[in-house]
Amino acid sequence: MITNVGAQLGLAYAFVEREIALSKRYWAWEIVWLVYGIVTSLSVAYIALGAPAITGGPLAPGDVSRFVLYLLVGTITWRFLGLIFEQMGETIAWERWEGTIEYTFMAPVPRVTHLIGMCGATLVRALGFSVAILAAVALFVPVDLAHANVLSALVLLATGAVAFVGLAIGSAVFPLLWTEKGLQMAYIVQAVVLLVSGVYYETSVLPSWMQVLSFISPATYVIRGMRAALLDGADLAAVWPDLWPALLVGAISIPLGMRIFLWAERHAKKTGRLKRSG
Amino acid sequence: MAIQVREATRSEANKDERTAALAASGVRKAFPSARVLPGGGMAVRAVDDVSLEVWRGEIYGLLGANGSGKSTLIRLFSTLLTPDAGEVRVFGRDIGRDELAVKRMINRVSVEASFFKKLSAMENLVYAGRLYGVSPEVSRPKIQSILRRLGVEQGRLNEPLEKLSRGMQQKVAIARAFLTAPMLLLLDEPTTGLDIRSKREVQTFVRDLRDEHDATILLTTHDLDEAARLADRIGILHQGRLVAEGTPAELAARHRGGTLEDVFMTATGRRLEEADASETERTT
Repeated sequence: MITNVGAQLGLAYAFVEREIALSKRYWAWEIVWLVYGIVTSLSVAYIALGAPAITGGPLAPGDVSRFVLYLLVGTITWRFLGLIFEQMGETIAWERWEGTIEYTFMAPVPRVTHLIGMCGATLVRALGFSVAILAAVALFVPVDLAHANVLSALVLLATGAVAFVGLAIGSAVFPLLWTEKGLQMAYIVQAVVLLVSGVYYETSVLPSWMQVLSFISPATYVIRGMRAALLDGADLAAVWPDLWPALLVGAISIPLGMRIFLWAERHAKKTGRLKRSG
Repeated sequence: MAIQVREATRSEANKDERTAALAASGVRKAFPSARVLPGGGMAVRAVDDVSLEVWRGEIYGLLGANGSGKSTLIRLFSTLLTPDAGEVRVFGRDIGRDELAVKRMINRVSVEASFFKKLSAMENLVYAGRLYGVSPEVSRPKIQSILRRLGVEQGRLNEPLEKLSRGMQQKVAIARAFLTAPMLLLLDEPTTGLDIRSKREVQTFVRDLRDEHDATILLTTHDLDEAARLADRIGILHQGRLVAEGTPAELAARHRGGTLEDVFMTATGRRLEEADASETERTT
C-alpha cells in the first residue's frame, strides 16, 4: 500500500518536474505574466489611493488604507485562484498544442495521479506568482497588515485552492470534448466566476440573478473570508461561515470534476478526439 | 522490388510454442462524417472487421495506402481509441478491461515526433521515463546509450527539441519508445519523411532491437521496400479491411512469385502510389 502510494507520488512528480522545466524554458513568458500580474494589482491599488480625488469628498487616511487592502486582497486572491483555474483548465489544450497529448494519455499513469501531479505543479506556480506579486506591490503601495490574522487567511487560501482545483478539473473537460473551441469555453467560465465572486466589490451590488451565481462560486466565500481575516483580524471561528461553503464546494467539486474528466476521456476515445489536432 | 524470402523466420521456427503478443478479433471503428457519403451513410468505416495476430518476437508489417486505416488501428491498439466492436488483447490482457496493465507493456512511435518543443531531448526523455516508472538515475545513461546508437550527437541532447532536424526528432521519438522496454512496440510509419541515411539507421535499429531484446513490433508503412526489408509477416490493409496476410514468401507464392508491389496490386486492385494519390485527392 505504502509502496503503491510512493509509486503514484513518483508518477505525479513527473508532471511537477515537467512543468518546472517548461517554466524555465518559457521564462520570458513567465516574466510577462508576472509583470502583468504586478501591474494589474498595482493599478487596482492606485484606484483605492485615488478614491478621495475620484469621489470628490475627503476620506480619512484609515479609510483609504482599508480600501487599498480591500482591493489588494481581492485582486491577489483572484490572481492565485485564477492561475489555478487557468493552468488546470489548459491541461488538455496545452498538450494538444504541443502535440504530446497522445503520449500522456497512453502512459501507464492513472488519470487521478496525472491530475494530482498537474494540481501540484499548478499550486507551486500560483503560490510563487502570488507571493511575488504581493511583495512587488508592497514596494509601491503602503499595505497595512497590522490587524491581519495570517492563520485564517492561509487556511482560507488553501481551502479556496482545493475548491478551485475541482472546478478547474471540470473545466479542463471542455478542450477534451470540443477540440476547437473548448479552451475558449473554459475562459468564459473563468470570466463569469470573476464577475460574480466579489473580487473588487461586494456581491450585494450585483443584480439578483448574478447573486445566485455568486452563491455557488467558492471564490465569493474565500475572498470575503480573506478580507475579514486580513482587514479585521477575524480568527478561524469568525471566518467559519465563509470557510465551510468553500470546503463544501471543494468536497463536491473534486470528486465530481474527476468523474466528469474520466467520463470525457472515455467519450473522447470513442469519438476519436484524443489526438494532437482536432 | 523482389520479395526477399527469409529462411526460417523466428515465427516459423517456433510455430508450436508461439504466444500472441497482440490478438485482434473482429475489430471495427467508424467515425461520423461531416457529409453524406456515397451510399447514403454518415459514418466512415476506418477499420472494418479486422482480425490479426502478432506473435511474440515477430515484426509484423501492416502495409496500406494513406487513409487505409493503419493509423486508426495503431491508435486502437494504443488505447487511444475504443473499438465499436471486436476485441483486442495484448499478451492475453484485454485493452479495455486491463488498460493500465496493457499500457505498461506497449509503447508507440507515431509519424509526428510529438514532444514538448522547448524542452531538450534529455528533459523530454527523462519525463517520459518517469511516466513509466523509470527513475532519472536509470534513464539518463540509457538515453545516452540509445541515442548514441541511433547516431544522435551527445552534444545535442540538451538543446531544445525544436532546434533538431525532423530526422533527429524522430530518432529521439524512437529512443522514447525503447527507453521503457516495451514488450509490444507499435511503430506508425516511423521513417516517413526521413532522409535515406536516417531511414536506414532506424530500420537497422528496429531489427537489432527485435533480435537483441525479444521485442515484438507492429510496424505500419506505405513503403513496400521497408515492409519487405523488416517484416517477418505482412498484412495488407485496404479501405479498413485486411485483404491479404502472410510471410513475404507466402504472399509471393500466392501471387505466382510476384513482387510485393504485384501482391499489393492484386489484393487492392491498384498500385500503392495510385492509392496514395487518390486518397490525397479525396481528402483535399
